[in-house]
Amino acid sequence: MVAVAESITAPAHAAEGRSEFIAFAVMVAVLIVAPFFIYPLFLMQALCFALFACAFNLLIGYVGLLSFGHALYFGWASYLSAHAAKVWGFPPELAILTGAATGAILGVIAGSLAIRRQGIYFAMITLALAQMMYFFALQAKFTGGEDGIQGVPRGKLFGIFDLTSHNTMYVLVVVIFLACFLFILRIINSPFGEVLKAIRENEPRAISLGYKTDRYKLVAFVLSATLAGVAGGTKAIVFQIASLTDVHWAMSGEVVLMTLVGGLGTVFGPVAGAFVIIAMQNYLNALDQWVTVIQGAIFVACVLLFRRGIIGEIANLLRIKL
Amino acid sequence: MFEIFGIPSQALFGQLLLGLINGSFYALLSLGLAVIFGMLNIINFTHGAQYMMGAFAAYLILQYSGLGYWPSLIIAPIAVGIFGVIIERTMLQWLYKLDHLYGLLLTFGIALIVEGLARNKYGSAGLPYAMPDSLRGGQNLGFMFLPNYRAWVVVASLTICLGTWFVIERTRLGAYLRAATENPTLVRAFGINVPRMITLTYGFGVALAAFAGVMAAPIYNVSPQMGSDLIIVVFAVVVIGGMGSIMGAIVTGFGLGIIEGLTKVFFPEASATVIFVIMAIVLLIRPAGLFGRAA
Repeated sequence: MVAVAESITAPAHAAEGRSEFIAFAVMVAVLIVAPFFIYPLFLMQALCFALFACAFNLLIGYVGLLSFGHALYFGWASYLSAHAAKVWGFPPELAILTGAATGAILGVIAGSLAIRRQGIYFAMITLALAQMMYFFALQAKFTGGEDGIQGVPRGKLFGIFDLTSHNTMYVLVVVIFLACFLFILRIINSPFGEVLKAIRENEPRAISLGYKTDRYKLVAFVLSATLAGVAGGTKAIVFQIASLTDVHWAMSGEVVLMTLVGGLGTVFGPVAGAFVIIAMQNYLNALDQWVTVIQGAIFVACVLLFRRGIIGEIANLLRIKL
Repeated sequence: MFEIFGIPSQALFGQLLLGLINGSFYALLSLGLAVIFGMLNIINFTHGAQYMMGAFAAYLILQYSGLGYWPSLIIAPIAVGIFGVIIERTMLQWLYKLDHLYGLLLTFGIALIVEGLARNKYGSAGLPYAMPDSLRGGQNLGFMFLPNYRAWVVVASLTICLGTWFVIERTRLGAYLRAATENPTLVRAFGINVPRMITLTYGFGVALAAFAGVMAAPIYNVSPQMGSDLIIVVFAVVVIGGMGSIMGAIVTGFGLGIIEGLTKVFFPEASATVIFVIMAIVLLIRPAGLFGRAA
């Protein structure tokens, strides 16, 4: 349905798996070496968003559904994780799981409403539902309104590893990220993933082949929302704060931008896109308001000039699948 | 002074009027979205930003040329409409062959740029825009006080909406438009310049948004983010009404404005979310929307 279809000529299946494996190995190596050169807090932020973007990409890239309200799962998961860790005294692993569960539950509700309409309506419905929950976050007591939930304790992982050190925290974030990334990879390459791609390419035909496409779409939606929840929960623990920024529609726009820049429907694209956008935000911080303008300009440039995104262009150039 | 359901009539009718005003803007904006979607198959995410541009244009026209509200009501929509035509010619036209979603993403990007630029120049705080002298004051209707300006907004928006409906549904030009929506290739074969029609349709839809913006300027302040929050509500309105019908867009717009106003009286906490809740209910009961054709 989306641009993905226009690009990649499928090479032999074995070669496909190999290029993915090599790229994955490179990514792991970079993540191991990176903290020696780059500030870990930045890396953790980028990884949380990379996971968020990967979760989003599962929908747009492989089912062809543009959710314009993914901040809903990310932001609410970070609220619930922060609340669980701070008020209920949950250890970090359970707090993050609380976030995942939040994403899953919201995903079931929003997803079952949104899949009732296709295409452009789907995007508008997800956006509207996310905006509704933004207003709830603004009014609810436990979210702390404009202040958010501050001073969330990082705590001790399994009661053993003290996460107050950035390095320990970094290891946990990398492990979470890689686990979720492999999970997504597994989904995409499973028979279930093939059905999702069939729905993306031609939904009526998938229906005519006997697939209950609505169920597939809902499951994909919930998976995506759950993973977005993991990302949101992790971010709340890392930065010890949950705030309105993460549920605002601008956040939904940002994750779309990350995925678009990296490459829709590429496995590694969202990761690259997240790092590029987060780096831009950090280094251009001095430009303040111009960040919005620059983001808008990147959107326009990506849509008009390079719809494949960074990783998509590389993959196309090397004639491999990434 | 009397009471209805334990609510003083002043408050009730006051909120109803506010609801009608909001409804006027919902109707104008969702009408524009529907017209644009019909011809271009693109959801115009820049619509909110263009509404904001209309208000800013009125403000700037007053600042730099001293021309007041009435000239602005004509000039601002034309100026913003031309901006829309330029966008359509330089960017949007390359996307018609692609998936709908790219149109959404591109117009979202343009909205970010416009809003960001406005915020850089004028900050986030609202700028006041004076009401035209001719519409100051109001009428005492006995059961409520009706400010002239608000009455004017409702009447003007109804007129524009019904006028648009008339042109599209009842005139030859409208027949061309509807035909081109159904089958552009065939209409081109009859010698009608469809690409130009598409461009002008986009310009017209954008001008409608700017017109709403100028009308909104004296009521709300002129501020860079005035459009972005509104447009999301309008999206919900469009989902509820379905974009298949022009009259549907108008009726849903006004209707939801009134419901929102009533919610403010009876259950103020829910007033920000009531339209989204209605959207969820409509999706459960009538997935295609109240006036929509099944996809």
